[in-house]
Amino acid sequence: MKKHILDLILTRVACLHERYVLLQATDPAAPLPEMMPGQFAQIRVDGNKDTFLRRPISIHNVDRRSNEVWFLVQIVGEGTRALSRLQAGDKFNVILPLGNGFTLPASSDEKVLLVGGGVGVAPLLYMGARMRELGVEPTFLLGARSQSDLLQQKAFRALGRVFFTTEDGTAGERGFVTQHSLLQNERFSRICVCGPKPMMIAVARYAKSVSTPCEVSLENMMACGLGACLCCVEDTVEGNVCVCTEGPVFNINQLKWQI
Amino acid sequence: MADLRVDIAGLHLKNPVLTASGTFGYGLEFQDFVNLEDIGGIIVKGTTLAPRQGNAYPRMAETASGMLNCVGLQNKGVDYFCSHIYPQIKDIQTNILVNVSGNSPEDYVECAARINELEHIPAIELNISCPNVKHGGMAFGTTTQGAASVVRAVRQAYHKTLIVKLSPNVTSISDIALAVQDAGADAVSLINTLMGMAIDAEKRRRILSIGTGGLSGPAIKPVALRMVYEVAHAVQIPVIGLGGISSAKDAVEFLLAGASAIEIGTANFLDPAITVKVAQGINEYLDRCGFQSVKDIVGIVE
Ligand SMILES: Cc1cc2nc3c(=O)[nH]c(=O)nc-3n(C[C@H](O)[C@H](O)[C@H](O)COP(=O)(O)OP(=O)(O)OC[C@H]3O[C@@H](n4cnc5c(N)ncnc54)[C@H](O)[C@@H]3O)c2cc1C
Ligand SMILES: Cc1cc2nc3c(=O)[nH]c(=O)nc-3n(C[C@H](O)[C@H](O)[C@H](O)COP(=O)(O)O)c2cc1C
Ligand code: FES
Repeated sequence: MKKHILDLILTRVACLHERYVLLQATDPAAPLPEMMPGQFAQIRVDGNKDTFLRRPISIHNVDRRSNEVWFLVQIVGEGTRALSRLQAGDKFNVILPLGNGFTLPASSDEKVLLVGGGVGVAPLLYMGARMRELGVEPTFLLGARSQSDLLQQKAFRALGRVFFTTEDGTAGERGFVTQHSLLQNERFSRICVCGPKPMMIAVARYAKSVSTPCEVSLENMMACGLGACLCCVEDTVEGNVCVCTEGPVFNINQLKWQI
Repeated sequence: MADLRVDIAGLHLKNPVLTASGTFGYGLEFQDFVNLEDIGGIIVKGTTLAPRQGNAYPRMAETASGMLNCVGLQNKGVDYFCSHIYPQIKDIQTNILVNVSGNSPEDYVECAARINELEHIPAIELNISCPNVKHGGMAFGTTTQGAASVVRAVRQAYHKTLIVKLSPNVTSISDIALAVQDAGADAVSLINTLMGMAIDAEKRRRILSIGTGGLSGPAIKPVALRMVYEVAHAVQIPVIGLGGISSAKDAVEFLLAGASAIEIGTANFLDPAITVKVAQGINEYLDRCGFQSVKDIVGIVE
């Protein structure tokens, strides 16, 4: 897929929570390029010597009618804080789409479970939307620390069945996603996961134990995002491969995780 | 339009902008962003005789106006390059150069000899300055004898333009430059990365997998500029300048300091189209200041 460097204009910045913002942006010049769920953008953060490199952020949603791309950003440091301070009308520079993306269902018989934790829910919204276009209803299993950390609940509900877990029990079932009763009661043809690494490992272990194909989205530190610097490598069965070009989505069989 | 052409020991560049090894892949990674043929030359990834897996992750740490890396020369080896990559890039109408690395003088020689056979590779850049590998690499580039011995050996096996890339992690870079000139180098390029370290205060440990890494980006520009100036005044062969170049203004400063051409590295990560913008910007500078040719400004700063 052709990669583009674009100056996007923010149409809306919504503070979802003290630590999360939703950025909606458009390209005033042209229709946004084709993007796949699971792909990401390299966003330039200007004006600070400590945020020298671009920041990789997943494609959260693409709205073709309004020609918008959405990003869901968790504020963890200077770069993401700078992004959260942008305002509607501001311009920012992105390179997209990057990476491979999740496997879309090949037929409407597929029953796909999308598991997200924390800000890892970001790419799953767009995945769910694309699945709906293909006539497949997604099932979401979303985990967070507490009720207030569950992001974009309405948007997820509009696309399919949604199950929650929270560590403090303030919403959905109490505990981690892998403890949810859904996993005891139902089987899926594939599981796609994005979230903190320990969570992805736990889900991968579950998927392996029930022989369900499983894809995970890695968040290795990146410099270029283009396959040029070889900084983002993951040790796989084929040796060190770049997460930015061969991933960020990997089938768990490709990884050397102890599962 | 000024004349942007430069000649580096028989290597004809349509403009003085090259890409720095390890920051531009094989060029193909950037073809969505720039017309590769508008770049003076593309120096591809560090290539070694045998395949190398490189160092473990994490290999990168961001620093103020720069970054540290300890990639450690991950590549699939020279034979893979010749059979799989060369066919994809050989017809790009610009100069494609290979950056050659090794663990021993014999490795360098064998690797260079194989690349000597490739019709569309007019030059190599010998990397005797990689700070991220245990054996070889920078070890050769930090003593005049070590540098000279590798260059002398490669000179026997390599018959096209031989550029030697110098390490800044030395006491006198001019002495090393003189040594490689005497050993038969056609040109020198400098600087490779400066050895550095990053520590995570919260986790109380060093960030990079091997503890140290090479610093690149705007943070190193003043050091690089000083070294280019010194070396250009010490040697007779052409000098290629690099280290932190992110704009045409930066590039012009290196040319004024004595570089005949420049390389752009880390800046490609921020703006993948920077190379052609810098070439255009050099042209604008020359026009604005009334110079006919880029050659007219090389080394004119006292
Ligand atoms: C393919 C990919 C997709 C991503 N998608 C999203 C997304 O949709 N929304 C979102 O909020 N974040 C996403 N991230 C993570 C995001 O890139 C980092 O949180 C961000 O770069 C941190 O920048 P900062 O300047 O705010 O923090 P820094 O000051 O750079 O770092 C703060 C802390 O965050 C950690 N960190 C930095 N970079 C990363 C990284 N790449 N991955 C994990 N931890 C990191 C650091 O170790 C440090 O502890 C994604 C990362 C990748 C690789
Ligand atoms: C990720 C990365 C990988 C590199 N790999 C190589 C390499 O394989 N061979 C080499 O000679 N230099 C390598 N370098 C050094 C650059 O070519 C260049 O000398 C250095 O980064 C300084 O220039 P800059 O500040 O413009 O990046 C690498 C640099 C980076 C950042
Ligand atoms: S981030 Fe540079 S190769 Fe992946």
